Amino acid sequence: MTRLLPRLIAFAAIAFALIWVLFAARNTNFGPAIDDPKNFFITLLNGLTFAGLLFIVASGFALIFGLMRVINMAQGVFFLLGGYIAYDMQQKIAEGGGFTLLPADVNAWEWLIPALVATLSIGVFGLGVQQLLLRWNQGQDLRQALITIALSVILADQVIEHFHGGLGRSVTWPGSIEKFVDLHVFGIQYSLARLTVLALSLLVGALLWLWLYRTRTGMVIRAGVDDRQMTSALGINIQRTFAIAFFVGSALAGFGGAVGATQAGAATGADGQWLLNSLVVVIIGGLGSLLGAAVGSLLYGLVFTFAAVYLPSGYTNYAIVFTFALLALVLAFRPQGLVGRPG
Amino acid sequence: MTKGWTAKRIVERCVGVVVLVFVAIGPAALTDYWVSSILTQTFLLGIAAASLIFLSAYGGMISLAQTAIFGIAGFALANLVTTDATGGQNLGWNPWLGVAGAIVIATAIALVFGALASRSLGIYFLMITLALGVIGFYFFLQVDKLSGRAGIPTIRAHAPSIVGDTSAAPERLYYVALVLAFAVYVVIRYVVRTPFGIALQGIRDEPVRMASLGYNVPVHRMLAFGLAGFFASLGGVLYAWWNDLMDPAAIDLNAIVSLLVVAVIGGLGRIEGAWLGAFAFILINNYVRDIEVPVLGGSFPTVIGFIFLAIVLVSPDGLMGLWDRVWSGGRRRGDPPEVAVDVQRSAPEASPS
Repeated sequence: MTRLLPRLIAFAAIAFALIWVLFAARNTNFGPAIDDPKNFFITLLNGLTFAGLLFIVASGFALIFGLMRVINMAQGVFFLLGGYIAYDMQQKIAEGGGFTLLPADVNAWEWLIPALVATLSIGVFGLGVQQLLLRWNQGQDLRQALITIALSVILADQVIEHFHGGLGRSVTWPGSIEKFVDLHVFGIQYSLARLTVLALSLLVGALLWLWLYRTRTGMVIRAGVDDRQMTSALGINIQRTFAIAFFVGSALAGFGGAVGATQAGAATGADGQWLLNSLVVVIIGGLGSLLGAAVGSLLYGLVFTFAAVYLPSGYTNYAIVFTFALLALVLAFRPQGLVGRPG
Repeated sequence: MTKGWTAKRIVERCVGVVVLVFVAIGPAALTDYWVSSILTQTFLLGIAAASLIFLSAYGGMISLAQTAIFGIAGFALANLVTTDATGGQNLGWNPWLGVAGAIVIATAIALVFGALASRSLGIYFLMITLALGVIGFYFFLQVDKLSGRAGIPTIRAHAPSIVGDTSAAPERLYYVALVLAFAVYVVIRYVVRTPFGIALQGIRDEPVRMASLGYNVPVHRMLAFGLAGFFASLGGVLYAWWNDLMDPAAIDLNAIVSLLVVAVIGGLGRIEGAWLGAFAFILINNYVRDIEVPVLGGSFPTVIGFIFLAIVLVSPDGLMGLWDRVWSGGRRRGDPPEVAVDVQRSAPEASPS
């Protein structure tokens, strides 16, 4: 009975959401999906691309947490910082200049190089934080969490001080990407840029999978996630592994920030939003596994996007309630997350 | 729990009495700015911090959702009592009824939050409560029927007569806040001596053992969370009167972290730390604002962030921990009435339920 009930409730919730979106959503922006399949598929694609960006940022968060039991509360600020660094870098190298560059003035390299610079800088910065502040507090996880909170307070203020007053800035997609393509489904013209985000997240996921499951370092990391002490007792230099993981985890926040600043712009406030996003993804997906981050991103991305569109008109700003409901449902029945292992 | 009158205890009692006498006659001696801006705010922020410290010191749970509950009480009050404000529902209830309603709503939501988070421990608990806290902020930011970005003004005009017009007679709210702060302190000191409080401390130290002794661990945690939510809601109601305006910025990520900073500065191990931390935080906020940070630049958050970082790195038990250490001859946690929120201990993923 105790096993059946949560499944029934989860099933009922999913069934209700599907029936609502497919058939019943009469007085919403688009109406039910059977009447307006085009906008349904656009919303679905929007949800998937948002989930892709979520995955890039949250997989870094989950990697750091899984291995070191550190919740990097500064992940949101790292995201924001990555966005601004990419913006400044692009302003420096791209011809044309101006407050926001035109896509036509930006070629593929002039997007890729700023994004990689942001990725590497945030990675190195995160590594420095880990070595200077966190390493000698290892094993004291609450203290480490408080340290990263203190860091996020300082950094959020420093971003305002040194990066355009924390005001909105957008990185520009290259002209070759910033256009619409015909998907040949219900006549949908869809943004190639958004599809690129999806492709980038799949690439990140594939690379992370290859790294974690097909290399020696990845094997050590997975062993460390399972049993830290045993792994270091086997003579493996776990400190080096920690450093690598923190570098990669932070770098992913920086890369996500560059992508996010291109897609939606960077501005103060994004740090809190993306801290919440990372937290929600790892809480519902389950901590410490790639699959958990993927499942969490997908679920949260879809629920978030659909709730914002398929709520009755005038109530679309209640979408946040669905974030809470999703969190509550998962916590009530699977406190360890959907694919997390019980502690 | 009975202890002799150690020198430390006598000193603490004396300091406590002196402070109480001082704040009781405060309005007669202090400027209006000190009365209304600094001390009244200290009392109400201290109440919110006390709800956090109560959970951490006696329940071993560091909750970042207290700010959201504080805010829910404030927003509920603002929606219930105002009549023609530019935001909110303007239900125009009787002020006392509104206060009761706000506290009941906030405490009920605290119990729900507690039920969701109470099966997790340590940093998982921290993470879940942080997510709940930030969701609280976005809820009031986005749902414009209940607040929206601009918030709900003119709450003060609908305060009960005992509070009255706080700009004309600031000492009224001052005394209300003082009495409530003292009451919260006394109630916490009492609760931790009851069987419930002692079981809670047992659960803090040995959750598995307490569970096998037949205590319902998640329910104890949830009830403690509800009680802390009740305290936080008192702080929220006071804040709504004090600030006159409830807007989402009052419970944003900055505010969430600030409350944690207050609690950490004061010390997560002892209730007195709540007001000590609040006082220190507000003093820094008021008088160290315009300091120039060398090299980095930046403003108040940078300053407070470094202070927070220094305290976490040097003295995780905060000012009260420092005080305890002075008396125990430099040892980290020696003397009871301890305390020792174990910042050091790692926690398993979820307790057996």
